[in-house]
Amino acid sequence: MSTHNTHAFELPVIGAEQIALLEKLSNAVGISGDEGEVRKIVLDEIKGLVDQIIVDSLGNVLAICNGEGPDPLRVMLAAHMDEVGFMLVEEDAPGLYAFAVVGGVDLRHLPGKMVQAGKQHLPGVIGAKPIHLQEKDENGRAIPLTSLRIDIGPGGKGKLKPGDRAAFATAFQQVGPSIIGKALDDRLGVATLIEILKRRPRQLTLQVAFTVQEEVGLRGARVAGYALNPDIAIILDSTPSYDLPVWDGEENIRYNTRIGCGPAIYTVDGATINDPRLIKFLAQIAERHGIPFQFRQPGGGGTDAGAIHKTRGGVPSVSISVPGRYQHTAAQITRTDDWTHTLQLVYAALHGLDRSVLAAER
Amino acid sequence: MTENQDFLKRLLTLPGLSGFEDPVRKVIAEEWQTLVDELKVSPLGSLHGLKRGYGPEPRPRVLLAAHMDAIGLMVTSIQEGLLRVTAIGGVDPRILPGTPVTVHGRRDLPAWVAAPPDHLLPPSQAGKPVSLEYLLVDTGLSAQEVAELVRVGDLVSFNTQPVELSGGVIAGHSLDKGASVAAVTECLRTLQQMKPGWDVWTVATVQEEITMAGALTSPFDLRPQIAIVVDVTFAKGPGASDYRAFEMDKGPMLGVGPNIHPAIFQSFKTLAEELDLPCAVEPMPAHSGTDAFGIQVVAEGIPCMVLGIPLRYMHTPVEAVMLKDIRRTGWLMAQFIARMEMNFMEKVRMEDAE
Amino acid sequence: MKALIKKFVEAAGPSGFENAVRDLVKAEIAPYVDRIEVDALGSLIAWKGSRQPGGKRVMISAHLDEIGVIATHVDQNGFVRFTPLGAVRPHTCLGGRVIFQNGTRGVIGSERLEDLARTPGFEQMFIDVGAASREDCPVRTGDAGSFDRDFVALSENRLAAKAMDDRIGVAVQVEVIRQLKASPNELVFVFSTQEEVMLRGATTAAYAVDPEIGISIDVTVSGDTPRGIKMETALGKGPAIKVRDAGMISDPRLVRHMCAAAERLGIPVQLEILEGGTTDARAIQTTRAGVPAGCVSIPCRYIHSPSEVLDYQDVINSVKLLVELLGHPIDLQ
Repeated sequence: MSTHNTHAFELPVIGAEQIALLEKLSNAVGISGDEGEVRKIVLDEIKGLVDQIIVDSLGNVLAICNGEGPDPLRVMLAAHMDEVGFMLVEEDAPGLYAFAVVGGVDLRHLPGKMVQAGKQHLPGVIGAKPIHLQEKDENGRAIPLTSLRIDIGPGGKGKLKPGDRAAFATAFQQVGPSIIGKALDDRLGVATLIEILKRRPRQLTLQVAFTVQEEVGLRGARVAGYALNPDIAIILDSTPSYDLPVWDGEENIRYNTRIGCGPAIYTVDGATINDPRLIKFLAQIAERHGIPFQFRQPGGGGTDAGAIHKTRGGVPSVSISVPGRYQHTAAQITRTDDWTHTLQLVYAALHGLDRSVLAAER
Repeated sequence: MTENQDFLKRLLTLPGLSGFEDPVRKVIAEEWQTLVDELKVSPLGSLHGLKRGYGPEPRPRVLLAAHMDAIGLMVTSIQEGLLRVTAIGGVDPRILPGTPVTVHGRRDLPAWVAAPPDHLLPPSQAGKPVSLEYLLVDTGLSAQEVAELVRVGDLVSFNTQPVELSGGVIAGHSLDKGASVAAVTECLRTLQQMKPGWDVWTVATVQEEITMAGALTSPFDLRPQIAIVVDVTFAKGPGASDYRAFEMDKGPMLGVGPNIHPAIFQSFKTLAEELDLPCAVEPMPAHSGTDAFGIQVVAEGIPCMVLGIPLRYMHTPVEAVMLKDIRRTGWLMAQFIARMEMNFMEKVRMEDAE
Repeated sequence: MKALIKKFVEAAGPSGFENAVRDLVKAEIAPYVDRIEVDALGSLIAWKGSRQPGGKRVMISAHLDEIGVIATHVDQNGFVRFTPLGAVRPHTCLGGRVIFQNGTRGVIGSERLEDLARTPGFEQMFIDVGAASREDCPVRTGDAGSFDRDFVALSENRLAAKAMDDRIGVAVQVEVIRQLKASPNELVFVFSTQEEVMLRGATTAAYAVDPEIGISIDVTVSGDTPRGIKMETALGKGPAIKVRDAGMISDPRLVRHMCAAAERLGIPVQLEILEGGTTDARAIQTTRAGVPAGCVSIPCRYIHSPSEVLDYQDVINSVKLLVELLGHPIDLQ
């Protein structure tokens, strides 16, 4: 497969420095279309690590590291900076804002949550009608978006305006074997890419894309893929673990991924049939280095790969996710070990990657 | 504006359904002929007009996009001299019964949409608005004449004549496209007296109402540095009262959201305030529902702005728009373009909006 | 041509896993084309001829893939849970058989149904491959399979098989390649992958080919079955020239050009307005700066079931129509 000695390096681990980076990224707010805060952190972190940085017209950060030797393989790595959240659309009473949801959020997760609104991160709440005042049967129905408001308090009159964004207000924390925070989808991927840039393989030209607007249709990835025109793309994301008990006690057959079982390699999702050559390559690398991994159950959903693999004449692509429970809610829970193993898998894969992986026809 | 008003009225009398924009493109081309330096038609039928700037070459390019296609109907089968139809674009079947239309057969045939009585429909339809698959189009001609004149695939367009309502409001079918094209044309007219540095490409796009095929393709060769998209938005009125609708006479609306470049939005907002235009901000949380959705992701990405003209009764044959809103939209665009310095792009970097 | 059709429809090639079909096609066309390439998504692209005066670069596309299944989980008793690849209809599945890429065969069963009047969802179904435990099961999560059904001629002209969508287009395209002796056009025949999952193969192939005209060859719904979908198309009344479908409006100039070609040949054609679904032509139409595109459809009954039925004369006439179209300059008026 590869001529590189795959045992000549140590696999990276997640330590205090990496956790601090993830904490910073998780606590930052970057709703799809308004990723500036996250972008600023990314630009700051990668400064000096790469040969060229471009911020494109959608706000993607494209960072290029030129490979050594003649005609190096061009490998695109992508992770999205944006997160699901809210856009304020109207102030209909002092400090009370009607809002729209940006990205896929289950409305049943909104009532009773703390949020942060606007560039100033003003504290706010999403309330609900007191249980005492509810009509009969009312608690059997989900509360519609039209009757929810973001409330920053009556003194907040005029402090925010339509078009401002709001996000869940959950502070990042580490608890035992887990990390908990909002927007770990996909700040985990963003942090992983930054760590990769700190110890990048020299034989490849790395085209690292920190993308925007993934949660509203993979829009950043589409133009990033076109601009970078890579030979291969590896997409890092975070995917749900529905590995919870089933109500009737039967075997859970629709878990998507399981936490604690290592990085999830994609086969088929709603947007991409991942390149079988790259899937096989990743599995072999993982086995060789003793890195645990799992296959994400084929099904719906998708990653930036959905846009990237269709750019220009086509790009062989594969996605890898850190699994996590309760995505797109106020708090995601991920096992630190899964992140470690994801970083290790990507690192080992990049050091072992060369053109031979594409030698056979797909 | 009277010149433009006549042009607009003419647009409103023409068919130009998505995918079949020829008739309306010809009229727009005639109108733009004297206002631009060059006219081209894209492989899919979008009209591209170039008005050269006065800056030194190579000049940057701004693209103004308005879609020229309209919604309508298409014949799917012929039964006893009556036509069954399907929709092209988002047609609400509830507005169709009794609506005058034109069937574009071997020659244009006046016709009406007919709803059969409940007892001739499946029981599940009783008392409900008749769904499109059960509506018929009646030309008043004999079955034999219809067989000679009409084929499957023929187009059916609305046939309401435009009418002026009080207060400078015009009503008619396909104002959706007409208002936006008229605003771009108004901008071109205003620019005649100015000396913009940038090249201006005005593009009347095709197929916005169905696949955005025009928006996805025209910018690929033109590669503008910026695109300004004009489309209609909801005006407050019957059935449209929440945050998604805006007052007439307060246009254009300035779009904000993922499809729109925040720094360009900011430049427009600042300019509108300077010029004392009463522009409201229109939140577009995800998909803007305009050509900007397509244009933004062409090739390496194109920064977009969206201007909205408030319009009542969207996608009915009696859409209504205030002429002043069209005029102001065109004027604001012209003022913006005239002020764009050659290094404008350096001033609207993503970071500056934060 | 029936032998060719049989060979193609009986091969297995669910979306994303088209290698076997691609190899068959490659062997059939190699002597008749100038150059063959397999792209990043697995589409087979074959070049034939060069552009003469009046000619254009024309992309023709038929898709290699068929709808199928992919294993999502093997339970402790060896039953394989699955999800569809492409728009499989649940009501066509129960009692059916599948064959996985590694040759494993299985039958589709379901959990006990509370209400027989309601079609179970895929999450209630499983594939029994004859295994007794997870360890014993030859299928793993991520293995793809296709429906398992033989080709049969119901009568002289009516043919039934799985994957007529779109192996019939593949067969037509192969036959066109063989029959076309001369053309002023540079012809690029694409055997695309992943059409059933949003036209992905044609999307990238169209970008790479950069054509001036695009034509897809695919099946369309036939409206001639008892209380079926209301549509004017019928089996045996000739190839259907697409006016529109749910994803595209054909270039009206190309539609007129196709109708005129059929008239010259004296073969019957029908006009097609399809309310659901679309074809590779949509992907070609919106590539780069835009490409005038259309589609020659073969009317087909029971599309996306394991027994799709069509008329052999429509197939023959589609070949004739395409040979005529592609063999002459395509001037759009």
